[in-house]
Order: sequence, then C-alpha cells, then structure tokens
Amino acid sequence: MAKITLDNLAHSYLPYPSSEDDFALKELNHDWMDGEAYALLGASGCGKSTLLNIISGLLHPSQGRILFDDKDVTNAPTAARNIAQVFQFPVVYDTMTVRDNLAFPLRNRSASPEYIASRVNQIAEMIGLEDVLNRKARGLTADAKQKISLGRGMVREDVNALLFDEPLTVIDPHMKWELRTQLKSLHHEFGHTMIYVTHDQAEALTFADKVVVMYDGRVVQIGTPQELFERPAHTFVGYFIGSPGMNLFDAEIDGTTARIAGATVHLDGGYAPGNGKIKIGVRPEFVKLTVEKTGVPATIKRVEDVGRHKIIRLDVDGHEVSAIAGEDDAISEGAQHITFDSGGINVYVDDWRIAPEGKAT
Amino acid sequence: MTLVLKGVSKVVGSQTHIYPTDLELEKGTMNVLLGPTLSGKTSLMRLMAGLDVPSTGKVFWDGKDVTGQRVQDRKVAMVYQQFINYPSMSVFDNIASPLLLMGKSRSEIDAAVRDTAELMQLTPMLDRKPLELSGGQQQRCALARALVKNAGLVLLDEPLANLDYKLREELRTEIPKIFERSGSVFVYATTEPEEALLLGGNTATLWQGRITQFGRTPDVYRRPVNATTARVFSDPPMNFLTVSKDGPEMSFSGGQSVPTPEGLLGQPNGTYTAGFRPNHLELNPNVGGAMAFKTTLRVTEITGSETFVHLDHQGQRWVGLVHGVQSLTPGQPLEVFLNPAHVYIFGQDGNLVSAAPYSEAA
Repeated sequence: MAKITLDNLAHSYLPYPSSEDDFALKELNHDWMDGEAYALLGASGCGKSTLLNIISGLLHPSQGRILFDDKDVTNAPTAARNIAQVFQFPVVYDTMTVRDNLAFPLRNRSASPEYIASRVNQIAEMIGLEDVLNRKARGLTADAKQKISLGRGMVREDVNALLFDEPLTVIDPHMKWELRTQLKSLHHEFGHTMIYVTHDQAEALTFADKVVVMYDGRVVQIGTPQELFERPAHTFVGYFIGSPGMNLFDAEIDGTTARIAGATVHLDGGYAPGNGKIKIGVRPEFVKLTVEKTGVPATIKRVEDVGRHKIIRLDVDGHEVSAIAGEDDAISEGAQHITFDSGGINVYVDDWRIAPEGKAT
Repeated sequence: MTLVLKGVSKVVGSQTHIYPTDLELEKGTMNVLLGPTLSGKTSLMRLMAGLDVPSTGKVFWDGKDVTGQRVQDRKVAMVYQQFINYPSMSVFDNIASPLLLMGKSRSEIDAAVRDTAELMQLTPMLDRKPLELSGGQQQRCALARALVKNAGLVLLDEPLANLDYKLREELRTEIPKIFERSGSVFVYATTEPEEALLLGGNTATLWQGRITQFGRTPDVYRRPVNATTARVFSDPPMNFLTVSKDGPEMSFSGGQSVPTPEGLLGQPNGTYTAGFRPNHLELNPNVGGAMAFKTTLRVTEITGSETFVHLDHQGQRWVGLVHGVQSLTPGQPLEVFLNPAHVYIFGQDGNLVSAAPYSEAA
C-alpha cells in the first residue's frame, strides 16, 4: 500500500493549451493517504476519469508529477505501478473456473501454490463465491461475474492501490448493497488504499472515508460525507450531494441576519461577505414548513410521497424550493411560510462558501 | 385509449418468460414495471409493443384486438437503456425522423421538434451531431425522438439507467410532467424502488415472470399483498424475522412479546414471518413500547445526514437506516428498536396476513 501524491498535476487533451479552459483536469495538489478509502465523485465530463487514468498510468499528464510513496512514477507504465483496477463491466475469463480467475493475478507473479490456495479461499469467502469456485465463469450472472472482477482486484496484498471505475453500475440495486458492504468490510480487513470513481452520490458517500468532489475539471471539496452534507464548500457540492440538492436563495447579508424574498433570516454567526454575488444555501432537510406567519413566504406546489419521507416542492419568490418532511408528518395546506434551522444555513459568495467571522470553518 | 392484456404469456422453448398475465392500463397514466433484472419487464414490454407475439392470450388497444398486429402498424414508441440515435444526422433531424416517416408538413415538424427539444433541454444542441453531445444529452435526444410522435403507448425500458445520478433525478421529475401533457399510456421499467416512488402513478411489481401486485404506487409500497412484493419494493431490502403467534400474544425471535395484531387474531397459532423496512429501525427506544433486539454491527455507511447500519440478527442480515451520523464500531453488539406499528406479518405461503398498522392509518 502506498501514499499517492499529485504534485502540480494538470492535463489537457489539446496539444497546445492556451488557457485554463483548455484543461480537462485543472492544476491539482493532493495526497491520497495510505490505507484510506476515497471516492472520486462528479458528473460525467468533470475530469474524474482523466484523473484516474493518470493515476493508473493509462494517461501521461501534460503537467506535474505523480508519486507513489514519494517515488516519482510519472513516466512509469501501468504495469510498473503495481495497482489493481476494477472496471464498470466485468472482465473475466469465461473458459476458466472462478478459482482460476481469482488466482490469475497471483499465478502471474509466481506466488506459491499453498499461498494461492489459501488466499483465493479467503477472498472467495469474503465476497460469497465459495460455492461456485469450481464452476466455469461462463453462464454466471452479471452480478457474480462482477464479484469475480472485484475479487481479482483484491486478491493481491502487495498492490500500491486499488482503483474502481464505477464498479457497481451494472449491478441490481439489491445486490449493490451486498457488494458495497463487502467492499467496505474488505477495506476494514486489508487496509488497501482505495480510489472509487462514481457519479452516484449514495455510492460515494457510503463507501468512502473521504469524498473528492470534482466539477468542471477542478476539485471543489475533499471532505467526509458529514462535511459535504453540512458544510458544502461550493454551491455545486450543495447541489450534487443530497437528493434533492441544497436550496439556494439570493440574499443580502448584514452581520448576523440575511434578507431573503423580503423576509429576515437569522444566521448562526456574523458574516462580512464583501463584494460578489451572495447566496445562502439551505438543505431541504433543514427547511420547515410552518402555519405561523413568520419566516420566508412560500407556496406549496406539490407534495411527492417517496416512501420513507415526503418531498414538498414550494415556490419562493418565483424559485422552486424543496423541503423534506417525515413519512408520517401531516402537511398543512394552510402553511404559507418556511423557516430554517440556523445550523443548516451556509453563506456563499460567488459560489464559494465563506465561514462566519471568528470561525475557521 | 386503454391497453388491455388478457391472459398474455410468453414461453420460449422450455422457459416461461411471462406467466399468463391480466393487466389494464388507462390513458393518461404512468405505469411503472418494477422488478430486478430478468423478472420479465422487457419481455412484458415487448408483448405490449407488438415486438413479440404472445404464446397465449390477447392484447387489446382501445377495445380492438391487436394481438397479431405488427409494431409498425401500432402507435407505439419505445426507448431503451442503450439509447439509439442516427450518428450522421443532427439532433434536429434525429428528433424529426419519426415525423418525416409519418409524412408531416415541414412547419408541423419544425414546431413539434422545437417544442420537444425545449422540454428535454436540447434547444442549444439542435444543430450538433449526437456524438458531439454528452451521454446524458444523447439519451435525452433519443427520449425526445420517442416523445415527439405523440404515440398512444410510450414504453420506456430503464431509460435513465445509464445517466448520471443528478441528471436522473432531474429527468425523473420531468418525465411525469411530460407524460401529463401527452395523455398517452406510459409504461416505465425500472429496477429501483425509489425511482418508482418518485415517478408516482401506478406500479406493477414483477418477480420471475409474474406480476405480483398492481395498484397506485404508494399503496403498493405501503400495502404489499405478499412478501415478494415487499421485497421487490424495498431498497435497502426489507428485513425479516420469525414470529410465533399464540392466541392474543405474538413473540419475536430474540425480542419481546407483543399483543397479536388485529389481522392475525383470526389466524391459527403457529409461526409467521414478520417484515419491516430499514428506515423503521431505531437506535433509541421509541416511546410507545418499542421492541428491543440484540444484534451485532457488521458495518456502517454514512450518507452525510443518515447512517446505514448493517446488522447480524441471529444469523440473518438486517439493514437499518437511522438519522444522523452515528459513530459505531463494527463487530460490537448493538441493541436496536422497532415499533410494532411498522411490522408486516406474512404467512408461510408468503401472503400478507396483517399489514403494518401505520400503513392503515396513512
């Protein structure tokens, strides 16, 4: 296992990039700590696959260096980097048994037969393939085949890192739970450095210790799931994490109060936003509908019953705002105002979060 | 316009893809086919479209038997998970293509294409080729082509499965609005319970070639008629445990005894299966006589605002979804709580015996 350092890294697919816009991956400095599980999250085209391909050596960066445990591997080919990869679609040898598929990476490196036998059994047990070890991979379901791919990615203990590129996309929702839990147990067990690329926020948040959110070729926040939820550093993080995403309101700020749609909202601290476009962000979880005549005026447009909770769609000053209510909560049609949990309010200037005065975060 | 299936089945060789099925879908309704891969969603859609001829039974459209009729002669639009566009044609021409085949006038085509493009947020891309678009835009182009011809029956087979999460979320709220305007019969296949709930309308749950239940989406979710429906319509999966009924008392394996729920009172004494959804599991004892269970924590997953707890209860796997960020150590014993109001009781045959009392109130 290794620490992976990105030093001044950037990439453009153009031969002569002239401006920042020409870079698919904008300048980035980051350490992926040894033994941590990371998710790389963003919409398609945000640069996450570019970054993954640079780490794996499939792509040579146009600028900067990549280091494994402080050793420069920028020019090393994929094979020399000693990493394991699992892709979106299962890559298995159909004519081989499941056992031989799992053993393949170890045999390639001439491990002893005793070690191979015990290691393959251990992995098979962890991912629930022990019953089919002697079957040919051909004819197994897509889920089982992807399990083989995952197992083969994990089978070597000496890899520098494990890279997953949307490994659960083709898996049924019920099976996703099982596989993700198994991946997580495997991480606890073996402590691999893992980088998991996905566009699915639920997968990213539940899998990773730290989530790296990318937007438009740039890393906009690296944080724990809780940090991304409670303190999104950029309005994109607020939008992308959470379902529905964070509500944004144009606001004017004066010290500890904000004016939104003609109403006054109290903030958790004092702010000096300076110049720039000011918005406040409040997640639907922190918006409460009230029959009192206080708060921000809002009109209920519709209520969506999504099972374990309800999503209330509201109109506030011509903008759609969402609030989340519990499964058993009655929604009063007479409610015409919303209030916010003050702890759930974040202030943004030109889309970047600013901290209240006297507080670091 | 109504689509009616009467005793429709599909047998291929020795395999039954669809068991005899009766279904009636009304005009202007959104109908979700919910089930795992290979449960028969696509087979059923192909029978509805006329792409396949049923082995038994008949298909009626507006009261008229269309069983043997070719798909070309029916007013059907179908969209697949793998979206198909004409790569050499512009987005405009792609969307216009079904209308050209129908012999519409130029001005009609222009208006319809621009209208649909606006709805699918494709207006700025009309002059581009599909391959110059992002994956999501390509898929919206294919959707637009299906919608533009105003077919009476629109079949969408996991149309959002290959899209980014956020785009999916946006289109999921758009699609019901689009269908409301069209007045067609919409059929939408998905493997995801959450998608069915977000789309609303009606849901048919499918399992191994059979429709296990059909009704209003929230009703099917809250009042499953059997354990199979409950399992198909629950993500994370529903948790199950054995209960035994003895007169007015019902006892849980590894938990307390509670008064037998009303629906179970008239049933013989013996063992039944109790089921409850992950979000009804609590880490704090609820007010109102919640039941306690001793479990072992396998793993936790934090979503930012909630925590999934994966548990082992007497060798069975349970999942709980609890509020807040919970820092718990895997491998440790964990006591969890459940309100009897959230428990469904199923018989040995899997059929519902007693609905969760909370769902009766809803």
